[in-house]
Amino acid sequence: MRRPYAITLDVGSSLANLTGSWRSERPVYVDRLPPCNSACPAGENIQQWLFHAEEGNYQAAWRVLVRDNPLAAIMGRVCYHPCESACNRGLLDESVGINAVERFLGDEANRQGWQFDPIAADSGRRVMVVGSGPAGLSAAYHLRRRGHGVVIFEAESTAGGMMRFGIPQYRLPRSVLDSDVQRIVDMGVELRLGQRVDDIEATMQQEKFDACFLGVGSQIGKRAYIPAGDARRITDAVAVLHQMEGENKPLLGRRVVVYGGGNTAIDVARTARRLGAEESIVVYRRTREKMPAHSHELNEALEEGVKVKWLSTIAAAGDETITVEKMQLDESGNPQPTGEFETMQADSVVLALGQDVDLDLLARLPELNIERGVVQVDALQMTGRRGIFAGGDMVGGERTVTVAVGHGKKAARAIDAYLRDSTPAQAAKHELATFDRLNTWYYSDAPKTIRPVLDIIRRQSTFDEVVGSLDEATALYEARRCMSCGNCFECDTCYGVCPDNAVIKLGPGKGFEFNYDYCKGCGLCAAECPCGAIRMEPEVD
Amino acid sequence: MRTSHVKFYQTGTFTVGNRLLSETERSVQSTLERTNALNSGHRACQGCGEALGARYAIDAAMRATNNQLIAANATGCLEVFSTPYPETSWQVPWIHSLFGNAAAVATGVAAALRVKGRTDTRVVAQGGDGGTTDIGFGCLSGMFERNDDVLYICYDNEAYMNTGVQRSSATPPTARTATTQAVGPEPGNVFGQGKNVPLIAMAHEIPYVATASVADVRDLEAKVTKAMSMHGARYIHILVPCPLGWGSAPHDTVKLARLATESGLFPVFEAERGEITDRRTIRKQVPVEEYLRLQRRFAHLFKPVLQVDVIARLQAAADRNIRRFGLHGQGEL
Amino acid sequence: MLKQIEGSRAVAEAVALCRPEVICAYPITPQTHIVENLGQMVKAGEVDNCEFINVESEFAALSVAIGASATGARAYTATASQGLLFMAEAVYNASGLGLPIVMTIGNRAIGAPINIWNDQQDSMSMRDAGWIQLYAETNQDAVDLHIQATRLAEELSVPVMVCVDGFILTHAYERVDIPTQEQVDAFVPAFEPRQLLDPAEPVTIGAMVGPEAFTEVRYLAHYRQMQALWLIPELAEEYEQQFGRSTGGLLRSYRSDDAETLVIALGSVNGTIKDVVDKLRDEGTAIGSVSITSFRPFPAKRLREVVGQARRVVVIEKSLAVGIGGIVSTDVRMALAGAGLPVYTVVAGLGGRAITQASLREALLKAHRDVLERLTFLDLRHDVIHREIERLETQRRSGPVAENILRQLGSVADHIG
Repeated sequence: MRRPYAITLDVGSSLANLTGSWRSERPVYVDRLPPCNSACPAGENIQQWLFHAEEGNYQAAWRVLVRDNPLAAIMGRVCYHPCESACNRGLLDESVGINAVERFLGDEANRQGWQFDPIAADSGRRVMVVGSGPAGLSAAYHLRRRGHGVVIFEAESTAGGMMRFGIPQYRLPRSVLDSDVQRIVDMGVELRLGQRVDDIEATMQQEKFDACFLGVGSQIGKRAYIPAGDARRITDAVAVLHQMEGENKPLLGRRVVVYGGGNTAIDVARTARRLGAEESIVVYRRTREKMPAHSHELNEALEEGVKVKWLSTIAAAGDETITVEKMQLDESGNPQPTGEFETMQADSVVLALGQDVDLDLLARLPELNIERGVVQVDALQMTGRRGIFAGGDMVGGERTVTVAVGHGKKAARAIDAYLRDSTPAQAAKHELATFDRLNTWYYSDAPKTIRPVLDIIRRQSTFDEVVGSLDEATALYEARRCMSCGNCFECDTCYGVCPDNAVIKLGPGKGFEFNYDYCKGCGLCAAECPCGAIRMEPEVD
Repeated sequence: MRTSHVKFYQTGTFTVGNRLLSETERSVQSTLERTNALNSGHRACQGCGEALGARYAIDAAMRATNNQLIAANATGCLEVFSTPYPETSWQVPWIHSLFGNAAAVATGVAAALRVKGRTDTRVVAQGGDGGTTDIGFGCLSGMFERNDDVLYICYDNEAYMNTGVQRSSATPPTARTATTQAVGPEPGNVFGQGKNVPLIAMAHEIPYVATASVADVRDLEAKVTKAMSMHGARYIHILVPCPLGWGSAPHDTVKLARLATESGLFPVFEAERGEITDRRTIRKQVPVEEYLRLQRRFAHLFKPVLQVDVIARLQAAADRNIRRFGLHGQGEL
Repeated sequence: MLKQIEGSRAVAEAVALCRPEVICAYPITPQTHIVENLGQMVKAGEVDNCEFINVESEFAALSVAIGASATGARAYTATASQGLLFMAEAVYNASGLGLPIVMTIGNRAIGAPINIWNDQQDSMSMRDAGWIQLYAETNQDAVDLHIQATRLAEELSVPVMVCVDGFILTHAYERVDIPTQEQVDAFVPAFEPRQLLDPAEPVTIGAMVGPEAFTEVRYLAHYRQMQALWLIPELAEEYEQQFGRSTGGLLRSYRSDDAETLVIALGSVNGTIKDVVDKLRDEGTAIGSVSITSFRPFPAKRLREVVGQARRVVVIEKSLAVGIGGIVSTDVRMALAGAGLPVYTVVAGLGGRAITQASLREALLKAHRDVLERLTFLDLRHDVIHREIERLETQRRSGPVAENILRQLGSVADHIG
């Protein structure tokens, strides 16, 4: 066709006009650190495993999860989920039920019999791990993944450490614990039960271990002096919970007083109810706001009929009574005695005032620096003695399963580097994906799923698991509440809102690229990106 | 316990795309196959709402017609920034004739197609608010009245932007433009009677009238698609913020459209044969102030002193829209 | 087929024979009967495959035609006077886009003062709009020129106005030979557009063109229109062969050989001129006339040939370029530049005033003796003019001159407060 000059043009010819030259700022795709990941003591890539779970690809999700933490089913029950406290969604409606999804994934792995990815080629190096608690299991797992031979020495006849002897069954069914442990054993980790290590150095030499990881739990209950007529009636929480794993269950009587305000105090009080105590009373010297126990655990305990006597200390214990002194908080929030006393009926008193680690096995390692009952380690979890690393309860800090898992992972990485005579690679530090980075308009309104809870009668009489699992649909729903903070989840918004078609969609799983030939730098993509995965940077010549 | 939430898709349909949706449920703009009816290299300002709205609309119309689409365009920003010789950004057969005749040209195109028996090919006309609500209004009304088989799309940026931001009949009260300066005792545009062209279109009882904004591409696409499934005169009025004319940040274009709808200032609804059939309810209502503050054209409402009573009048207008169109989901349609 | 019919009907039938595909109709005197007739024919199914659209204004009428033409349909509309001005923007646009629309102008004066009668001020106002302008001398011409215009427009991709004097032709019942459909089909092939809105081969029509190319675009518009200077005679010749009737091509001369005085005019006034020429010839005056059919493009070369050895030229103008005088005369002067001939401008027939043989004869005789004013208004009522000018000089007040004149004439004085 002979087209008229200039007034009639061939379509799409404006591609010749490279409007990118207008730009003074350029958008770049970034991965910002989601607060959940940042908060996770085990260093889980939560956002990423939720991404797979959102698609219903649970196995892929689980595989991402266990890259950092092999104890998914356990985590989904006992972790105090600091991730959820940090979750940005909490500022929008309610935080994502990360823990519940993790539990679903862990249980799904056990139901489906998923095994870990094949391990790396055998390195020929051997590492001994002392303790089969979360720190030891985590270290063993991460070392084994890297191809090292691992032997775990466990003094008890069953594995799990404080997960078994410190956490009641109604919170962590033993079958779950056993499954998660077995999967690690199935990797080729040697688990020696009933083998207390007394001389680390000697064991290492005898069996030619190239390195050692110590992961001994805090199994000794702290005692406080209480003037008492009958000391037999005073016991400690660790002992009670340990006894629960044996044949002879503890005999606590009809009225049990638990002294303390931590999670262990709550665990014991709830255990006492299940053992038949008509009254299970926690005596705590401060207020509810100050209580270290997690509020949801306290709530569950209260639902089960546990009572709490706030602002009270035990002054003395008699035959069938205890004397409690009322306290009041001073200006700095510390409890001060009031001189007012009260008498309470009590068949037994359980002290839950904290735990210590049995450090006897370290006696022959003078290089180890021990302060205030904990082993001092460097940033790589290494003790004062080269080649010996430590983690979990024995190195101090917060004593949770998740922290211990994190220590084990970190130590394993350091041990691996130590064995290879290198230093562990430092992952690039990503900027935190804070709430103000997000455009939360785009997220569907979706309140948190409530996990099913066992009915009250059964909770007071049995050790059945109190908090149930999410079913698949609900887990999927919960996963999809994730806002994918700081990480592209391929919502196509940048691709759509660019007035200049300067975003190139690379296809599923491949994300996007900017076409800087045409991008004018308006910043709409960055402003509208729901998850804050685009940063505007000044254009440099 | 809550059950069965698989219908929940993380961002639902708020985002442009959603990988969790099935292929058929995805927006045109999220697909690799989208036609980019308005191609890269156009000369619209950074963050241009009209460029965005036009691509959203015409891409959707192209998909709805299997690319058998012809567009007539009024003079204005959209025309100027898309077709300066020697380059055009359009991928559809497209004609620009004059400022005030886009609707009539489209009528001619539709008539020719009918004569030629090309019933599969459809026609859209498009223009800005000036070309639609002012100078092109006669032709628009004529096209409506004859019920010509044309979808007319108005990209409303609330002033004559192409000529340097002069007031149009779509300019909101108090807004500063080059011909309604922010000076004198009543700065900015007057509180007139307004000229709600969608309602006027409805008064013609044409088959379909809808409003939309660039803040909700799914809604916009659905309306264009619905319009293209019908015959006769159809009208879609799309709010397209203009960084230049509104004095807003280029990156706030979509946000402003969102605030306009969420405040109630710009009601989003659809109507068939003169009767409202649906409206987009407000999800998170915001006071009009939140919308106004982001725009320099309203700066005189905040500085040197906060014009509480003037803002209250604008809020009253938004509140009236909310009542009138049931934007809280209340009342009869 | 010979018919005794109204000019408008004849034009309508000719248009219908050209198989228009989109007809845009808006009423304005004196073209209204044309679209009324077409509307009736389309509705009665006498025109195959044609859309008849009643639009809301002349601006829309031509705009609809623009859209239709760009989409490959043969588009037609008709207008006059104020209507042509109301669509002025689209008039330029249609030619700028190179859309071969045919439009009938039922020539009429332009207000204010509002006047519905014939002159040619309307089409003259659009002389630079890029359209070819053909002026019909008779209703037979009008019929023949519409048929030729359709082919001319489409071959050059330039729109064509066929100008038909309002009332004098449009409302006159005359004997007109209407060709058969077969004849017209043989002469006017199907429309093959130079550019097309088509999804199969999309283009952008109507780009914005800046200083870097605008001059070239305008030059090419001029170039394309100038091609009509050879195409119009060619088509006229072919038409004559097929239809047995001459339309004269660019212009028609009458008794111009050896004429010392040559009268030039456009349209129906040529009938009166010829009568006067005949009488003056009978009296021995060497006078002839030229009827210009193609005013745009202007047939300068052809005019020079026809003028030949004439000693003077008189242009009878049915329009006025206020501030200079004749519109056609200006073009004639330019065409004859260097020949040294006096060119007299006689403005006549404005607003429908009758051009009488007597007045014409008097003016032409004066011209023949070279005693005519270079710019003459035929039958101007000098007494009225003088009184008004006098009054203006004393009162110097603004306001509608027309009203003042009418007041003086007393014709409406009683009705105006």
